[in-house]
Amino acid sequence: MNNEKPIIVLEKVSKSFGGFTVLDKLDLALEKDKVNTIIGRSGGGKSVLIKHIIGLLKPDNGRVLIQGQDIVPMKERELAAVRRRFGMLFQEAALFDSFTVEQNVAFPLREHTRKSLREVKEIVDAKLASVGLSGMGGKMPSELSGGMRKRVGLARALAMDPQIVLFDEPTSGLDPVMSATINELILRTQREFGATCVVISHDIVATMKTADRVYMLYDGKIIASGTPDEINRWDDPVVRQFIRGEAEGPIKVN
Amino acid sequence: MKFIFSSIGKSVINLIREMGQIMLLFLEALSWLFRPPFRIRHFFKQMEFIGVNSLFVVMLTSLFTGMVLALQTYYAFRMFSAETLVGATVALSMTRELGPVITGLMVTGRAGSAICAEIGTMRVTEQVDALTVMAINPVQYLVLPRILAGFIVLPMLTVISDIMGILGGYLVGVKVLGIHGGLFMNKIYEYVEIGDIYNGLIKASVFGVILTLVGCYKGFYTAGGAEGVGRSTTQAVVMSSVLILVSDYILTALMF
Repeated sequence: MNNEKPIIVLEKVSKSFGGFTVLDKLDLALEKDKVNTIIGRSGGGKSVLIKHIIGLLKPDNGRVLIQGQDIVPMKERELAAVRRRFGMLFQEAALFDSFTVEQNVAFPLREHTRKSLREVKEIVDAKLASVGLSGMGGKMPSELSGGMRKRVGLARALAMDPQIVLFDEPTSGLDPVMSATINELILRTQREFGATCVVISHDIVATMKTADRVYMLYDGKIIASGTPDEINRWDDPVVRQFIRGEAEGPIKVN
Repeated sequence: MKFIFSSIGKSVINLIREMGQIMLLFLEALSWLFRPPFRIRHFFKQMEFIGVNSLFVVMLTSLFTGMVLALQTYYAFRMFSAETLVGATVALSMTRELGPVITGLMVTGRAGSAICAEIGTMRVTEQVDALTVMAINPVQYLVLPRILAGFIVLPMLTVISDIMGILGGYLVGVKVLGIHGGLFMNKIYEYVEIGDIYNGLIKASVFGVILTLVGCYKGFYTAGGAEGVGRSTTQAVVMSSVLILVSDYILTALMF
C-alpha cells in the first residue's frame, strides 16, 4: 500500500557496551510522514536506538540509512549536514539553562541561518505559539514546569522546520493532562509541519492513540511491527504481556 | 601481593589513558582554531569569567604571599646583614615562581571547578547531546573558547599577581621591618631581569591551558547525575593542581 521508500532504515545494527549487548542485529524501517513509535521496556535500549538514528552513537556493526544515505562512515561535517534535517525532543528537554526560552528556540536559527533578528523573532514567536507558550519567551528554563520545558524543547526542535522529529520518552514524568497535550502536539507536528515523527515510549495508552506504526523492541531486536490494531492483536506472548502490562509472562523482571 | 601490583598497574593505565584523552581533546579544540564560526563573544565572556572575576582573589592571595615572603626572608637575611636583599628575593620568587603558580592554583579553584561543573551538568542533562543534534560541535562551542581564554588571561593575571606580591613585600619590608625603601627597590632593579618575568608569563599561559583543558575534559566525560558532577569537579581541581605543579617543575628545569 505504501510505495514510498522508508525514510530511516537500520540494517543489522549491533551495539554492545562492555560486553553487554544492547542492540543485536536489529533491522528497522521507519515510514515517511507517519508517527512511528518504538515501544519497549525501560533500559531496553530504546534511547540507544534513537541515538544511533541521529548519529550520537555509532553501531559496532551494521548500517544506518537516513533517506538512503549511510551515516555510519560519515565524518563530523557530513553528519552535521544530515542532522540539520532532524529535530529532537530530549527526555528532560535539555534546554540550555543559561539561555531564556526565546534564546533557546532561536539558537539553531541563529547558528545555522542568516536570518535577521526580526525574522528570527517572528519564527520563534510562531513556534512558541504553536506549542501554546506565547509570551513566555522571556522566562528562564528553571522557572518552567516539566511539561512547559518539554514544549519549549519541541518548539526548539521545530525551529528549523525539520523533516524528521525524534521524541525521547515525550510523556514520561508528566501528569495525564499534560501527557495528552504533548500527544496532541506530536500529532500536530506530523500533520501541520509534515514531519516524520519517531517516538520512543513505554506509554502504551498514548502510543495506541498517536502512532501510525508501532515497533516493539525486545532483547535487542524488533520483534513486532504494524499498526496499533495489528500490535493489539499480535499473538506473541512477549508482545501481549507488554501491551497488557502483566507481571506474569515470558518477560523476565530483574 | 599480586593485588597490590594489579591495582598499581590499573591506575597507571587509567592515568595514561586519561592523559591521552586530554591530549586528543586539546588537539580537537586546536583543529577548530582557524575554522569558522569564530565565537568572539564566547571568548570574551570566558575571559571575563576566568580573568576579571578571579582578579580580586588573585590580588589578595598574592599580596599576602609577598608579605609573608618578606617576613620570612628578613629573619634569614638579618643573620648576615643582607636585609636589603629582601626586595630582590621577593621579586624574583614572585615573577619566576609564585606569581604564576598562585594564579594558576587560585584560578583552578575558582574557575576550573566552575568550568567542570557547568560542562558536566550540561553533559548529564543532555545539553551537550542537544548541541550535537543541532549540528553544533560541542568542542568548538564549549571547549575552545575556554582554553583560549585561559591561555590569554592567565599571563595578565600573573602580571597583577607579581605586582601585588612585590607590593606586599614592600609594605612589610619597608613599612614594618624598616628596610631602606630606596635600597629595597634598587636591589629589585639590579637582580630581576626581564627574562624572569617573561618565563613566568609563559608558565602562566601553560597553566591557563592546563586548568581550562582539564576542567573541560572532566566535565565532558561526566556520567552519573548530580553525584557524578560533584565527583568530576573534585577530580578536575585535584588533577589540574597536580599537573600545574608537575609542569611547573618541568618548565623551570627547561627554562632557567
